[in-house]
Amino acid sequence: MNLISSLKDKKDTLKTRAKIIQAIRGFFIERDFLEVETPLRVRAPAPELHLKAVKSGDRWLVTSPELQMKQLVAAGYERIFQVCRVFRDAESGRMHNPEFTMLEWYRADADYAALMDDMKEIVLAAAQAAGSGRTIKYGNLSINLDAEWKKSTVSDAFEKFAGYRPGPDPDPDRFDVDMVDRVEPELGITVPTFLIDYPASMCSLSRIKKDNPGVCERVELYIAGVELANGFSELVDSREQRRRFERDLAQREAKGLDVYPIDENFLKALDHMSVSAGCALGIDRLVMLLCNKQNIHDVMCFTAGDS
Amino acid sequence: MIEAGELRKGLKILLDGEPYIITEFQFVKPGKGQALYKCKLKNMINGTQFDRTWRSGEKFEKAELEEHSMQFLYADDDAFHFMNTETYDQIALTADQVGDAKNFLTENLIVEILFFESSAIGITVPNFVEMQIVQSDPGMKGDTATGATKPATMETGYTLQVPLFVDQDEVIKIDTRTGEYVERVKK
Repeated sequence: MNLISSLKDKKDTLKTRAKIIQAIRGFFIERDFLEVETPLRVRAPAPELHLKAVKSGDRWLVTSPELQMKQLVAAGYERIFQVCRVFRDAESGRMHNPEFTMLEWYRADADYAALMDDMKEIVLAAAQAAGSGRTIKYGNLSINLDAEWKKSTVSDAFEKFAGYRPGPDPDPDRFDVDMVDRVEPELGITVPTFLIDYPASMCSLSRIKKDNPGVCERVELYIAGVELANGFSELVDSREQRRRFERDLAQREAKGLDVYPIDENFLKALDHMSVSAGCALGIDRLVMLLCNKQNIHDVMCFTAGDS
Repeated sequence: MIEAGELRKGLKILLDGEPYIITEFQFVKPGKGQALYKCKLKNMINGTQFDRTWRSGEKFEKAELEEHSMQFLYADDDAFHFMNTETYDQIALTADQVGDAKNFLTENLIVEILFFESSAIGITVPNFVEMQIVQSDPGMKGDTATGATKPATMETGYTLQVPLFVDQDEVIKIDTRTGEYVERVKK
Protein backbone atom coordinates (compact mmCIF):
# COMPACT_ATOMS: atom_id res chain seq x y z
CA MET A 1 0.00 0.00 0.00
CA ASN A 2 1.37 3.45 -0.74
CA LEU A 3 2.41 5.60 2.18
CA ILE A 4 -0.04 8.48 1.72
CA SER A 5 -3.10 6.23 1.63
CA SER A 6 -1.78 4.20 4.57
CA LEU A 7 -1.34 7.45 6.56
CA LYS A 8 -4.88 8.49 5.65
CA ASP A 9 -6.23 5.16 6.87
CA LYS A 10 -4.41 5.52 10.18
CA LYS A 11 -5.74 8.97 11.02
CA ASP A 12 -8.39 7.87 13.53
CA THR A 13 -5.98 5.52 15.27
CA LEU A 14 -3.29 8.20 15.43
CA LYS A 15 -5.78 10.67 16.93
CA THR A 16 -6.62 8.13 19.61
CA ARG A 17 -2.91 7.53 20.14
CA ALA A 18 -2.38 11.25 20.79
CA LYS A 19 -5.29 11.29 23.26
CA ILE A 20 -3.82 8.32 25.10
CA ILE A 21 -0.42 9.99 25.42
CA GLN A 22 -2.05 13.22 26.61
CA ALA A 23 -4.04 11.29 29.22
CA ILE A 24 -0.85 9.62 30.43
CA ARG A 25 0.88 13.00 30.77
CA GLY A 26 -2.19 14.25 32.67
CA PHE A 27 -2.05 11.24 34.98
CA PHE A 28 1.55 11.98 36.01
CA ILE A 29 1.19 15.76 36.22
CA GLU A 30 -1.82 15.37 38.56
CA ARG A 31 0.31 13.21 40.82
CA ASP A 32 3.20 15.66 41.02
CA PHE A 33 5.54 13.79 38.69
CA LEU A 34 8.08 15.89 36.81
CA GLU A 35 8.41 15.25 33.09
CA VAL A 36 12.08 14.91 32.14
CA GLU A 37 14.13 14.47 29.00
CA THR A 38 17.37 12.49 28.95
CA PRO A 39 19.85 11.97 26.10
CA LEU A 40 19.01 9.57 23.30
CA ARG A 41 22.70 9.13 22.43
CA VAL A 42 24.81 7.68 25.23
CA ARG A 43 28.33 6.30 25.71
CA ALA A 44 27.25 3.29 27.74
CA PRO A 45 23.88 1.63 27.18
CA ALA A 46 22.76 -0.99 29.71
CA PRO A 47 24.56 -4.23 28.78
CA GLU A 48 21.44 -6.39 28.57
CA LEU A 49 22.19 -9.71 26.95
CA HIS A 50 19.25 -9.61 24.55
CA LEU A 51 19.19 -5.96 23.46
CA LYS A 52 21.18 -4.65 20.51
CA ALA A 53 21.91 -0.93 20.62
CA VAL A 54 22.31 1.02 17.38
CA LYS A 55 25.63 2.84 16.88
CA SER A 56 25.38 6.61 16.42
CA GLY A 57 28.77 8.19 15.76
CA ASP A 58 30.90 7.58 18.86
CA ARG A 59 27.82 6.81 20.96
CA TRP A 60 24.85 4.44 21.05
CA LEU A 61 21.15 5.17 20.78
CA VAL A 62 19.40 4.31 24.05
CA THR A 63 17.56 1.00 24.31
CA SER A 64 15.88 2.50 27.41
CA PRO A 65 16.36 5.77 29.33
CA GLU A 66 16.70 3.96 32.67
CA LEU A 67 20.37 4.60 33.48
CA GLN A 68 19.93 8.36 33.03
CA MET A 69 16.60 8.57 34.83
CA LYS A 70 17.95 6.69 37.84
CA GLN A 71 20.71 9.27 38.17
CA LEU A 72 17.96 11.89 38.49
CA VAL A 73 16.25 9.79 41.17
CA ALA A 74 19.58 9.55 43.01
CA ALA A 75 19.88 13.34 42.80
CA GLY A 76 16.60 13.73 44.66
CA TYR A 77 14.05 13.86 41.83
CA GLU A 78 11.54 11.75 43.66
CA ARG A 79 8.86 11.37 41.00
CA ILE A 80 9.77 11.61 37.34
CA PHE A 81 8.43 10.37 34.04
CA GLN A 82 9.42 10.49 30.41
CA VAL A 83 7.84 9.59 27.07
CA CYS A 84 10.59 8.99 24.52
CA ARG A 85 11.74 6.97 21.56
CA VAL A 86 14.04 4.03 22.22
CA PHE A 87 15.95 1.99 19.68
CA ARG A 88 16.46 -1.77 19.55
CA ASP A 89 18.20 -3.15 16.51
CA ALA A 90 16.84 -6.21 14.69
CA GLU A 91 13.51 -6.28 16.55
CA SER A 92 10.85 -6.39 13.90
CA GLY A 93 7.54 -8.21 13.91
CA ARG A 94 3.86 -7.91 14.69
CA MET A 95 4.66 -6.63 18.20
CA HIS A 96 8.06 -5.06 17.51
CA ASN A 97 9.47 -2.11 15.61
CA PRO A 98 13.19 -1.24 15.86
CA GLU A 99 12.28 2.19 17.26
CA PHE A 100 9.26 2.62 19.48
CA THR A 101 7.78 4.88 22.13
CA MET A 102 8.40 4.13 25.76
CA LEU A 103 6.84 5.56 28.86
CA GLU A 104 9.19 5.29 31.81
CA TRP A 105 8.56 6.49 35.36
CA TYR A 106 10.24 6.34 38.77
CA ARG A 107 9.03 6.72 42.33
CA ALA A 108 11.34 7.19 45.32
CA ASP A 109 10.40 5.40 48.56
CA ALA A 110 8.32 2.82 46.74
CA ASP A 111 8.56 -0.77 45.59
CA TYR A 112 7.01 -2.78 42.78
CA ALA A 113 3.64 -2.94 44.55
CA ALA A 114 3.26 0.81 43.99
CA LEU A 115 4.11 0.31 40.31
CA MET A 116 1.26 -2.17 39.92
CA ASP A 117 -1.16 0.47 41.23
CA ASP A 118 0.31 2.99 38.78
CA MET A 119 0.07 0.58 35.84
CA LYS A 120 -3.57 -0.10 36.58
CA GLU A 121 -4.44 3.60 36.88
CA ILE A 122 -2.54 4.41 33.68
CA VAL A 123 -4.36 1.73 31.68
CA LEU A 124 -7.72 2.92 33.06
CA ALA A 125 -6.94 6.55 32.21
CA ALA A 126 -5.76 5.56 28.73
CA ALA A 127 -8.84 3.40 28.14
CA GLN A 128 -11.09 6.29 29.11
CA ALA A 129 -9.20 8.65 26.78
CA ALA A 130 -9.52 6.12 23.96
CA GLY A 131 -13.25 5.80 24.57
CA SER A 132 -12.98 2.05 25.24
CA GLY A 133 -14.73 2.32 28.60
CA ARG A 134 -13.99 -0.48 31.06
CA THR A 135 -13.59 -3.30 28.59
CA ILE A 136 -10.79 -3.96 26.13
CA LYS A 137 -11.92 -5.86 23.06
CA TYR A 138 -8.87 -7.33 21.43
CA GLY A 139 -9.29 -9.77 18.57
CA ASN A 140 -11.77 -12.32 19.90
CA LEU A 141 -10.88 -11.54 23.54
CA SER A 142 -12.76 -9.31 25.92
CA ILE A 143 -10.80 -8.08 28.94
CA ASN A 144 -12.70 -6.69 31.90
CA LEU A 145 -10.80 -3.77 33.47
CA ASP A 146 -13.27 -3.48 36.35
CA ALA A 147 -12.68 -6.95 37.74
CA GLU A 148 -9.86 -7.41 40.23
CA TRP A 149 -6.58 -7.54 38.32
CA LYS A 150 -4.77 -10.84 38.72
CA LYS A 151 -1.34 -11.32 40.25
CA SER A 152 0.59 -14.48 39.54
CA THR A 153 4.16 -15.38 40.42
CA VAL A 154 6.31 -16.67 37.56
CA SER A 155 6.60 -19.93 39.47
CA ASP A 156 2.82 -20.39 39.75
CA ALA A 157 2.21 -19.40 36.12
CA PHE A 158 4.81 -21.90 34.86
CA GLU A 159 3.42 -24.62 37.11
CA LYS A 160 -0.05 -23.98 35.75
CA PHE A 161 0.69 -23.52 32.04
CA ALA A 162 4.04 -25.23 31.43
CA GLY A 163 3.83 -27.96 34.04
CA TYR A 164 6.91 -27.15 36.13
CA ARG A 165 8.39 -24.53 38.48
CA PRO A 166 11.46 -22.86 36.99
CA GLY A 167 13.55 -22.28 40.17
CA PRO A 168 16.06 -19.48 40.80
CA ASP A 169 18.34 -20.13 37.79
CA PRO A 170 16.42 -21.89 35.01
CA ASP A 171 17.84 -22.85 31.63
CA PRO A 172 17.15 -19.59 29.77
CA ASP A 173 16.49 -21.32 26.44
CA ARG A 174 13.81 -23.57 27.83
CA PHE A 175 12.39 -20.75 29.97
CA ASP A 176 12.07 -18.32 27.05
CA VAL A 177 10.50 -20.84 24.67
CA ASP A 178 7.98 -22.03 27.28
CA MET A 179 7.25 -18.42 28.19
CA VAL A 180 6.22 -17.50 24.64
CA ASP A 181 4.64 -20.83 23.68
CA ARG A 182 2.79 -21.79 26.84
CA VAL A 183 2.66 -19.04 29.46
CA GLU A 184 2.26 -15.66 27.73
CA PRO A 185 -0.71 -16.71 25.55
CA GLU A 186 -2.66 -17.51 28.76
CA LEU A 187 -1.93 -14.24 30.59
CA GLY A 188 -4.44 -11.42 30.86
CA ILE A 189 -7.03 -12.98 28.58
CA THR A 190 -10.05 -12.14 30.75
CA VAL A 191 -8.62 -9.61 33.23
CA PRO A 192 -5.19 -7.88 33.18
CA THR A 193 -2.51 -9.96 34.90
CA PHE A 194 0.66 -8.98 36.70
CA LEU A 195 3.38 -11.61 36.38
CA ILE A 196 5.65 -11.10 39.40
CA ASP A 197 8.76 -12.45 41.13
CA TYR A 198 11.04 -13.58 38.32
CA PRO A 199 13.84 -16.10 38.85
CA ALA A 200 16.80 -14.41 40.54
CA SER A 201 19.00 -15.09 37.50
CA MET A 202 16.67 -12.84 35.44
CA CYS A 203 16.82 -9.89 37.83
CA SER A 204 18.45 -7.41 35.41
CA LEU A 205 18.47 -4.19 37.49
CA SER A 206 15.97 -5.28 40.13
CA ARG A 207 16.26 -6.07 43.81
CA ILE A 208 16.28 -9.64 45.11
CA LYS A 209 13.24 -10.34 47.29
CA LYS A 210 14.13 -10.19 50.99
CA ASP A 211 12.09 -13.14 52.18
CA ASN A 212 12.78 -15.26 49.08
CA PRO A 213 16.28 -14.94 47.59
CA GLY A 214 15.35 -17.23 44.69
CA VAL A 215 13.33 -14.48 43.04
CA CYS A 216 13.59 -10.78 42.30
CA GLU A 217 11.03 -8.00 42.66
CA ARG A 218 10.23 -7.64 39.00
CA VAL A 219 6.75 -7.32 37.51
CA GLU A 220 5.39 -7.49 33.98
CA LEU A 221 1.86 -6.50 33.04
CA TYR A 222 0.02 -8.67 30.49
CA ILE A 223 -3.22 -7.83 28.75
CA ALA A 224 -4.59 -10.21 26.10
CA GLY A 225 -1.32 -12.14 26.14
CA VAL A 226 0.55 -8.95 25.24
CA GLU A 227 3.50 -7.94 27.41
CA LEU A 228 2.81 -4.29 28.10
CA ALA A 229 5.10 -3.08 30.91
CA ASN A 230 8.08 -4.15 32.98
CA GLY A 231 8.87 -2.75 36.44
CA PHE A 232 11.36 -3.30 39.24
CA SER A 233 11.95 -2.56 42.85
CA GLU A 234 15.30 -1.02 41.97
CA LEU A 235 18.59 -2.51 43.01
CA VAL A 236 20.48 0.29 44.81
CA ASP A 237 23.70 -1.60 45.56
CA SER A 238 26.42 -0.45 43.15
CA ARG A 239 28.76 -3.37 43.90
CA GLU A 240 26.09 -5.91 43.11
CA GLN A 241 25.03 -3.96 40.02
CA ARG A 242 28.67 -3.80 38.79
CA ARG A 243 28.95 -7.57 39.27
CA ARG A 244 25.79 -8.07 37.17
CA PHE A 245 26.99 -5.69 34.45
CA GLU A 246 30.35 -7.48 34.29
CA ARG A 247 28.62 -10.84 34.03
CA ASP A 248 26.31 -9.53 31.28
CA LEU A 249 29.22 -7.97 29.37
CA ALA A 250 31.19 -11.23 29.57
CA GLN A 251 28.18 -13.09 28.17
CA ARG A 252 27.84 -10.51 25.39
CA GLU A 253 31.49 -10.90 24.52
CA ALA A 254 31.18 -14.69 24.48
CA LYS A 255 28.26 -14.39 22.05
CA GLY A 256 30.19 -12.05 19.76
CA LEU A 257 27.87 -9.11 20.53
CA ASP A 258 28.97 -5.48 20.91
CA VAL A 259 30.58 -4.89 24.29
CA TYR A 260 29.68 -1.51 25.83
CA PRO A 261 31.63 0.46 28.43
CA ILE A 262 30.18 0.41 31.96
CA ASP A 263 28.32 3.58 32.87
CA GLU A 264 30.41 4.64 35.88
CA ASN A 265 28.26 7.73 36.54
CA PHE A 266 25.26 5.47 36.91
CA LEU A 267 27.04 3.12 39.33
CA LYS A 268 28.25 6.08 41.44
CA ALA A 269 24.73 7.47 41.51
CA LEU A 270 23.29 4.14 42.70
CA ASP A 271 25.03 4.56 46.06
CA HIS A 272 23.05 7.77 46.59
CA MET A 273 19.75 6.32 45.50
CA SER A 274 17.18 5.52 48.16
CA VAL A 275 14.73 2.68 47.87
CA SER A 276 12.75 3.29 44.69
CA ALA A 277 10.83 1.66 41.91
CA GLY A 278 10.72 2.21 38.17
CA CYS A 279 8.67 0.96 35.28
CA ALA A 280 8.69 1.02 31.47
CA LEU A 281 5.51 0.70 29.42
CA GLY A 282 5.27 0.29 25.65
CA ILE A 283 2.97 3.05 24.42
CA ASP A 284 2.57 1.48 20.97
CA ARG A 285 1.32 -1.79 22.44
CA LEU A 286 -1.08 0.04 24.73
CA VAL A 287 -2.51 1.82 21.67
CA MET A 288 -2.74 -1.53 19.84
CA LEU A 289 -4.79 -2.97 22.70
CA LEU A 290 -7.08 0.04 22.99
CA CYS A 291 -7.61 0.40 19.22
CA ASN A 292 -7.87 -3.35 18.60
CA LYS A 293 -4.95 -3.39 16.16
CA GLN A 294 -3.03 -6.61 15.64
CA ASN A 295 0.12 -5.08 14.17
CA ILE A 296 2.33 -2.43 15.77
CA HIS A 297 2.70 -0.82 12.35
CA ASP A 298 -1.01 0.04 12.44
CA VAL A 299 -0.50 2.40 15.39
CA MET A 300 2.65 4.26 14.27
CA CYS A 301 2.79 6.98 11.56
CA PHE A 302 5.98 5.70 10.05
CA THR A 303 7.50 2.28 10.50
CA ALA A 304 10.91 0.84 9.81
CA GLY A 305 9.92 0.10 6.22
CA ASP A 306 8.70 3.66 5.51
CA SER A 307 11.53 5.86 6.70
CA MET B 1 22.37 -22.44 5.38
CA ILE B 2 19.61 -20.21 6.75
CA GLU B 3 19.83 -18.71 10.24
CA ALA B 4 16.66 -18.68 12.39
CA GLY B 5 16.55 -14.88 12.10
CA GLU B 6 16.07 -15.22 8.33
CA LEU B 7 13.03 -17.49 8.55
CA ARG B 8 9.96 -16.05 6.80
CA LYS B 9 6.47 -17.11 5.82
CA GLY B 10 6.59 -19.12 2.60
CA LEU B 11 10.20 -20.23 3.06
CA LYS B 12 10.89 -23.94 2.47
CA ILE B 13 13.36 -25.70 4.75
CA LEU B 14 14.65 -29.22 5.25
CA LEU B 15 13.94 -30.99 8.55
CA ASP B 16 15.07 -34.62 8.93
CA GLY B 17 15.57 -34.71 5.19
CA GLU B 18 12.00 -33.73 4.34
CA PRO B 19 10.81 -30.43 2.87
CA TYR B 20 8.61 -28.18 4.98
CA ILE B 21 7.00 -24.88 4.11
CA ILE B 22 6.56 -22.16 6.76
CA THR B 23 2.86 -21.32 6.63
CA GLU B 24 2.88 -18.80 9.50
CA PHE B 25 5.73 -16.88 11.05
CA GLN B 26 6.03 -14.55 14.03
CA PHE B 27 8.98 -12.78 15.66
CA VAL B 28 8.54 -12.90 19.45
CA LYS B 29 10.65 -11.87 22.43
CA PRO B 30 9.65 -12.41 26.03
CA GLY B 31 10.42 -9.48 28.38
CA LYS B 32 14.22 -9.28 28.84
CA GLY B 33 14.47 -12.58 26.98
CA GLN B 34 15.95 -13.70 23.71
CA ALA B 35 14.58 -13.27 20.19
CA LEU B 36 12.48 -16.26 19.15
CA TYR B 37 10.86 -17.28 15.90
CA LYS B 38 7.45 -18.93 16.12
CA CYS B 39 6.59 -20.97 13.04
CA LYS B 40 3.77 -23.13 11.74
CA LEU B 41 5.14 -25.72 9.34
CA LYS B 42 3.64 -28.04 6.78
CA ASN B 43 5.34 -31.14 5.44
CA MET B 44 5.31 -30.76 1.68
CA ILE B 45 5.19 -34.52 1.04
CA ASN B 46 2.48 -35.73 3.42
CA GLY B 47 0.84 -32.48 4.48
CA THR B 48 1.26 -32.98 8.25
CA GLN B 49 1.46 -29.70 10.17
CA PHE B 50 3.09 -28.66 13.42
CA ASP B 51 4.19 -25.61 15.44
CA ARG B 52 7.76 -24.96 16.41
CA THR B 53 9.62 -22.08 18.07
CA TRP B 54 13.28 -21.58 17.22
CA ARG B 55 16.00 -19.52 18.87
CA SER B 56 18.49 -17.14 17.27
CA GLY B 57 21.53 -18.93 15.97
CA GLU B 58 19.77 -22.17 15.02
CA LYS B 59 20.50 -23.05 11.40
CA PHE B 60 18.55 -24.72 8.62
CA GLU B 61 19.09 -26.06 5.16
CA LYS B 62 16.90 -24.64 2.43
CA ALA B 63 14.68 -27.21 0.71
CA GLU B 64 15.35 -27.12 -3.01
CA LEU B 65 12.14 -27.75 -4.90
CA GLU B 66 11.33 -27.33 -8.55
CA GLU B 67 8.00 -26.94 -10.23
CA HIS B 68 7.48 -27.91 -13.87
CA SER B 69 4.54 -27.52 -16.23
CA MET B 70 3.61 -30.99 -17.47
CA GLN B 71 1.02 -32.22 -19.90
CA PHE B 72 -1.16 -35.19 -18.95
CA LEU B 73 -0.83 -37.85 -21.66
CA TYR B 74 -2.77 -40.92 -20.54
CA ALA B 75 -3.42 -43.30 -17.69
CA ASP B 76 -2.91 -47.04 -17.85
CA ASP B 77 -3.34 -49.78 -15.26
CA ASP B 78 -0.12 -48.87 -13.44
CA ALA B 79 0.33 -45.18 -13.73
CA PHE B 80 -0.54 -41.70 -14.89
CA HIS B 81 1.83 -40.45 -17.59
CA PHE B 82 2.92 -36.83 -17.98
CA MET B 83 5.29 -34.98 -20.29
CA ASN B 84 7.42 -31.94 -19.46
CA THR B 85 6.29 -29.26 -21.91
CA GLU B 86 9.80 -27.81 -22.21
CA THR B 87 12.11 -30.81 -22.20
CA TYR B 88 9.59 -33.42 -23.44
CA ASP B 89 10.81 -35.73 -20.65
CA GLN B 90 8.11 -38.16 -19.58
CA ILE B 91 7.31 -39.28 -16.05
CA ALA B 92 4.86 -41.75 -14.56
CA LEU B 93 3.08 -41.17 -11.25
CA THR B 94 1.12 -43.69 -9.19
CA ALA B 95 -2.54 -43.16 -8.31
CA ASP B 96 -1.42 -42.36 -4.74
CA GLN B 97 0.94 -39.65 -5.93
CA VAL B 98 -1.73 -38.11 -8.13
CA GLY B 99 -4.35 -38.20 -5.36
CA ASP B 100 -7.61 -36.32 -5.93
CA ALA B 101 -6.15 -34.60 -9.00
CA LYS B 102 -6.98 -37.78 -10.93
CA ASN B 103 -10.65 -36.71 -10.95
CA PHE B 104 -9.76 -33.81 -13.21
CA LEU B 105 -7.06 -35.24 -15.49
CA THR B 106 -8.25 -35.12 -19.05
CA GLU B 107 -6.00 -35.71 -22.04
CA ASN B 108 -3.57 -32.82 -22.75
CA LEU B 109 -4.43 -30.94 -19.51
CA ILE B 110 -1.46 -28.84 -18.35
CA VAL B 111 -0.69 -29.29 -14.64
CA GLU B 112 2.09 -28.09 -12.32
CA ILE B 113 4.17 -30.85 -10.75
CA LEU B 114 6.43 -30.17 -7.75
CA PHE B 115 9.71 -32.07 -7.53
CA PHE B 116 11.86 -32.65 -4.46
CA GLU B 117 15.22 -34.34 -5.08
CA SER B 118 13.94 -35.36 -8.52
CA SER B 119 10.84 -37.15 -7.28
CA ALA B 120 7.40 -35.69 -7.84
CA ILE B 121 5.74 -34.81 -4.51
CA GLY B 122 2.79 -32.71 -5.54
CA ILE B 123 0.50 -32.02 -8.43
CA THR B 124 -1.55 -28.86 -8.92
CA VAL B 125 -4.36 -28.86 -11.47
CA PRO B 126 -5.83 -25.56 -12.78
CA ASN B 127 -8.49 -24.02 -10.51
CA PHE B 128 -11.09 -24.60 -13.23
CA VAL B 129 -11.34 -27.42 -15.76
CA GLU B 130 -13.86 -28.22 -18.45
CA MET B 131 -15.04 -31.81 -18.89
CA GLN B 132 -17.70 -33.76 -20.69
CA ILE B 133 -20.47 -35.60 -18.89
CA VAL B 134 -20.52 -39.25 -20.01
CA GLN B 135 -23.55 -40.36 -18.00
CA SER B 136 -26.42 -38.53 -16.34
CA ASP B 137 -30.11 -39.44 -16.25
CA PRO B 138 -32.52 -36.79 -17.57
CA GLY B 139 -33.95 -34.49 -14.89
CA MET B 140 -37.45 -35.42 -13.71
CA LYS B 141 -40.04 -33.36 -15.61
CA GLY B 142 -41.87 -30.96 -13.36
CA ASP B 143 -39.21 -30.97 -10.67
CA THR B 144 -38.47 -27.24 -10.70
CA ALA B 145 -37.39 -26.79 -7.10
CA THR B 146 -34.59 -24.23 -7.01
CA GLY B 147 -31.25 -25.85 -6.48
CA ALA B 148 -32.44 -29.37 -7.22
CA THR B 149 -29.57 -31.50 -8.50
CA LYS B 150 -28.82 -34.94 -9.92
CA PRO B 151 -25.61 -36.99 -10.16
CA ALA B 152 -23.45 -36.84 -13.29
CA THR B 153 -20.42 -38.96 -14.15
CA MET B 154 -17.53 -37.33 -16.00
CA GLU B 155 -15.14 -38.76 -18.58
CA THR B 156 -12.56 -39.29 -15.80
CA GLY B 157 -15.02 -41.37 -13.78
CA TYR B 158 -15.56 -38.53 -11.31
CA THR B 159 -19.14 -38.14 -10.14
CA LEU B 160 -20.64 -34.86 -8.95
CA GLN B 161 -24.00 -33.13 -8.53
CA VAL B 162 -25.22 -30.96 -11.40
CA PRO B 163 -28.44 -28.94 -11.89
CA LEU B 164 -31.36 -30.81 -13.49
CA PHE B 165 -31.18 -28.84 -16.76
CA VAL B 166 -27.70 -30.15 -17.58
CA ASP B 167 -27.75 -33.07 -20.00
CA GLN B 168 -25.54 -36.04 -20.75
CA ASP B 169 -22.73 -35.29 -23.30
CA GLU B 170 -22.65 -31.61 -22.36
CA VAL B 171 -19.38 -29.94 -21.29
CA ILE B 172 -19.33 -28.29 -17.86
CA LYS B 173 -16.88 -26.17 -15.89
CA ILE B 174 -15.75 -27.54 -12.50
CA ASP B 175 -13.94 -25.77 -9.64
CA THR B 176 -11.16 -28.24 -8.79
CA ARG B 177 -10.62 -26.72 -5.32
CA THR B 178 -14.12 -27.69 -4.20
CA GLY B 179 -14.85 -30.35 -6.80
CA GLU B 180 -18.17 -28.61 -7.54
CA TYR B 181 -20.11 -27.71 -10.69
CA VAL B 182 -19.71 -24.08 -11.80
CA GLU B 183 -21.54 -23.68 -15.11
CA ARG B 184 -22.43 -25.17 -18.48
CA VAL B 185 -19.94 -24.50 -21.27
CA LYS B 186 -21.48 -23.60 -24.63
CA LYS B 187 -19.55 -25.33 -27.37
